Amino acid sequence: MTAEPILTISGLNVDYGTGTSGVRALRDIDLTLHRGEVLGLAGESGSGKSTLAYAVTRLLSPPGVITGGDVHYHRPGGESVDILSLTPDELRAFRWQELSIVFQGAMNSLNPVHTVHSQLTDVLTAHRPGMRAAERTARAEELLNLVGISADRLAAYPHQLSGGMRQRVMIAMALALEPEIVIMDEPTTALDVVMQRQILRKLVELRERLSFSVVFITHDISLLIEFSDRIAIMYGGRIVEQAGAAEIYRDPRHPYSEGLLHSFPALHGPRRELTGIPGSPPHLSAMPAGCAFHPRCGKAFEPCSQRVPVLAAPDAGQDREVACWLHH
Amino acid sequence: MSVTATDVAVLDDPPTPAAAGRARFRFLRGGKTRTGLLILAFFVILAVAGPWLAPYDPDAMSDQLLQPPSSAHWFGTTQTGQDVLSQILVGTRGVLFVGFLAGILATVLSVLIGVSAGFLGGAADEILSMLSNIFLVIPGLPLIIIIASFVEDTGDLLIAAVIALTSWAWGARVLRAQTLSLRRRDYVEAARATGESTWRIILFEVMPNLTAVIASGFVGTVIFAVLSEITLAFIGVADISHWNWGTVLFWAQSNQALAQGAWWWFVPAGLCIALLGTALSLINFGIDEFVNPRLRTATGSSRKVRMRVGFTPVARTTAPEKTAPGFTPVARTTASAAPGPAEEPESPGTPSKEHSA
Amino acid sequence: MKYILQRIAFYAITAWAAITINFLIPRLMPGDPVEALISRYQGQLDTSAIASLQALFGLEENASIWSQYTDYWSHLLDGDLGLSFTFFPTPVGEVISQSLPWTLALVGITTLISFLLGTGIGVYSGWRRGSWLDGLLPVTTFISAIPYFWLGLIAIAVFAVKWQIFPAAGGYDNSLVPAFDWPFVSSALYHGVLPGVTIVLSAIAGWILGMRNMMVTVSSEDYVMVAQAKGLSERRVMFSYAARNAVLPNISGFALSLGFIVGGTLLVEMVFSYPGIGYQLFQAVGAKDYPLMQGVFLIITLSVLAANLLADMAYALLDPRTRKEA
Repeated sequence: MTAEPILTISGLNVDYGTGTSGVRALRDIDLTLHRGEVLGLAGESGSGKSTLAYAVTRLLSPPGVITGGDVHYHRPGGESVDILSLTPDELRAFRWQELSIVFQGAMNSLNPVHTVHSQLTDVLTAHRPGMRAAERTARAEELLNLVGISADRLAAYPHQLSGGMRQRVMIAMALALEPEIVIMDEPTTALDVVMQRQILRKLVELRERLSFSVVFITHDISLLIEFSDRIAIMYGGRIVEQAGAAEIYRDPRHPYSEGLLHSFPALHGPRRELTGIPGSPPHLSAMPAGCAFHPRCGKAFEPCSQRVPVLAAPDAGQDREVACWLHH
Repeated sequence: MSVTATDVAVLDDPPTPAAAGRARFRFLRGGKTRTGLLILAFFVILAVAGPWLAPYDPDAMSDQLLQPPSSAHWFGTTQTGQDVLSQILVGTRGVLFVGFLAGILATVLSVLIGVSAGFLGGAADEILSMLSNIFLVIPGLPLIIIIASFVEDTGDLLIAAVIALTSWAWGARVLRAQTLSLRRRDYVEAARATGESTWRIILFEVMPNLTAVIASGFVGTVIFAVLSEITLAFIGVADISHWNWGTVLFWAQSNQALAQGAWWWFVPAGLCIALLGTALSLINFGIDEFVNPRLRTATGSSRKVRMRVGFTPVARTTAPEKTAPGFTPVARTTASAAPGPAEEPESPGTPSKEHSA
Repeated sequence: MKYILQRIAFYAITAWAAITINFLIPRLMPGDPVEALISRYQGQLDTSAIASLQALFGLEENASIWSQYTDYWSHLLDGDLGLSFTFFPTPVGEVISQSLPWTLALVGITTLISFLLGTGIGVYSGWRRGSWLDGLLPVTTFISAIPYFWLGLIAIAVFAVKWQIFPAAGGYDNSLVPAFDWPFVSSALYHGVLPGVTIVLSAIAGWILGMRNMMVTVSSEDYVMVAQAKGLSERRVMFSYAARNAVLPNISGFALSLGFIVGGTLLVEMVFSYPGIGYQLFQAVGAKDYPLMQGVFLIITLSVLAANLLADMAYALLDPRTRKEA
């Protein structure tokens, strides 16, 4: 795997609401996605992982506002695109062509009044103006086959499909333009375990064939460890640790990462005790001073409630970062 | 009667039973609601004090025939020299009395039928829903006209009862939908599991969470009742010896006020109806926004940044004051690279646009 | 298809309920206003007319309520609604069939215009929240609170009395003989402008507000976000994704609001002396012409039910989910 970056996020800040009623949802996010890798984003609900995914594509719903930072996309040739400065038309052209998303909750992601065919082909109409109707239909059939759905379902409406099928249609849709990056936001949460694994297998297989980069978001860290190359763990709107998947699994440095690992049963390997994390994540409007995790942290000591730890390499020369006073 | 979002959206963010108790009337707090309540309060005062405030006896004739507004007669006089202002002031009571009485009666009916249908389910639900759907599609006003014209004594009480009888169905339908969604909530299921009686659950677990919807139905019915009552008076079905705004319009119409150019005879009554109706609608918009938070307009007190679905604004200079340690404000040269509409030249602290819904 | 059949069954039941209400009203009310009228016209009524009025208004003193009910139905099914007293001795059915086309044309055209126009404006103002269109909303709210008939009065005062641009009353020039030729049709259109504009103006506000709120609600649905993420054109997202879904509740609302709108338009007819059934109802009320009143109510109800059925069919066409078991 090359270490060439494809998406760099630096110093990203996101607020919900403006002025006095605004609350900060993302703080100083620095993150890099490399070409061809699967980057996992983990954290409890409210940690900001979905906010991050939508902010990168400027899809955050009102009242979300990006209040600082940069997001750059690097084209294969090396040319860099400043996503936060794109005009709406440029942004439309960029979306789906370079970066597509498989949304959380496939139940509502499909327009209930249009057929699968119409929803697979309208993206082709928008981005490939020269394509003829027959070619678009052929491509739509091809895409459905890609995710293991027979082409005769093209005429179906979303309510005629099962949950798993709908999610696979969403994946097919995400791949329609062969984008460089696919963001998957809890792509399998609404499905049963068997269906989850089936769909993730399919994704792995497709990624090997089409070689796109993936940002994989889930609260289920054991899934991440199995399917991603690198993992970033978020808490209270910040990244608290990022490292290779195996490193996180073997040797989590942040007490929160450790807590997360002990909240889900491991899929492979030796059994370990499930302990969970006491307490619940803080509300955006009442973020604790210092390290946001300190009220729930068993290892908290004096500086934790005073100052915010910076995300930095715990030991020189290592390709991992952690934001915890235990390691600085 | 427009489609309210209340009808469609089932409570997005249901208050928990504990929170509902504390903030049961939170829906009355928005700016729209407050404006509406203020205007309504004004009319309620007129309804109470109208007969004393009226400068003349509304029935008294004088030699000031068909005079335009003057300092002696603010709203002018009728063809027989009666004072229009006094007629309006005295008539306010009848309008509000019938409106509210009909509203209360219809709300009681709609709660009884809607909540029972939603909570009981099964055959009872089928029958009650069918009943309310039938009453919903039968045109109300012609039915009211027919019933009222068969009755010899058409006092306010009877008119209110007839209006209530024909206008409960809308509220019942909405309440049924809301009750259905509440019935499946955990705490209701829990109350059932612990063997609480059905009526206790309805009264203490379900009803408190329906307050906003019931209020919205009530206000809607009052609007309908006021319009119907004035219409009945206008076409002469209701008792015309009893003053209300519709009676004023009835006399204006039957004395050819239009052809004589006596605009002051029918303009004030109509404006009062419209103002009262607007006030009630504003209250309902406020309640709608409470029930369906997506409708709320502005989230912050300042609207420097134009929100737009699908295109998150980038506003790098509007960082809130409460920055965390370690937060470096990004001061890029362009104040806003936000696409689409430019920033509004509104200073922070400008009241948010309360009227945009 | 199953959906439409269910709806037809429902409307059949509703029609039955309306007819039964019509049957019960004169029987439940104290006094016998109809009897007084019949005796007033005693000499001029033939026996069959008296019999039909008695059957319709429950004056057959010895008959059981059930035989009264079956009698009532048999008269209705014969199309016999009794004799009108206002237009004595014209049968009610004839009076109504002369005035119904006027109402259908006026209400049909204006309702369609206000629905389409209001929905269109609602789509734009809901999609572009915070635009100048939002400034119109308080005005719309105010207009929607004005009774239809009062707006009609104002329209007459301004455009018929003060400026005399449009006629104040009637459906056509009285010097013309009703026929399907240009002078008559143009005169009818000319007379229809003022009542029509009044109805459109009164009714449109409700559609704007309803559609706007639905647009706002639907805009935050996931599939609209997906459409934006796909980089589709704004038109496509706005119409094909947001508005296409937002209009569905507005169409079911259309059916439910129809009774309300029809009530308002009846009043507009009265104010403009427009030769439709609303004006007939007004005259019937003034003259205590009970057979005509009841006949008008029945026809209005049946027309509203038919219009509802049409709206349901439109809904079924637009929402594939109703075609589930097709």
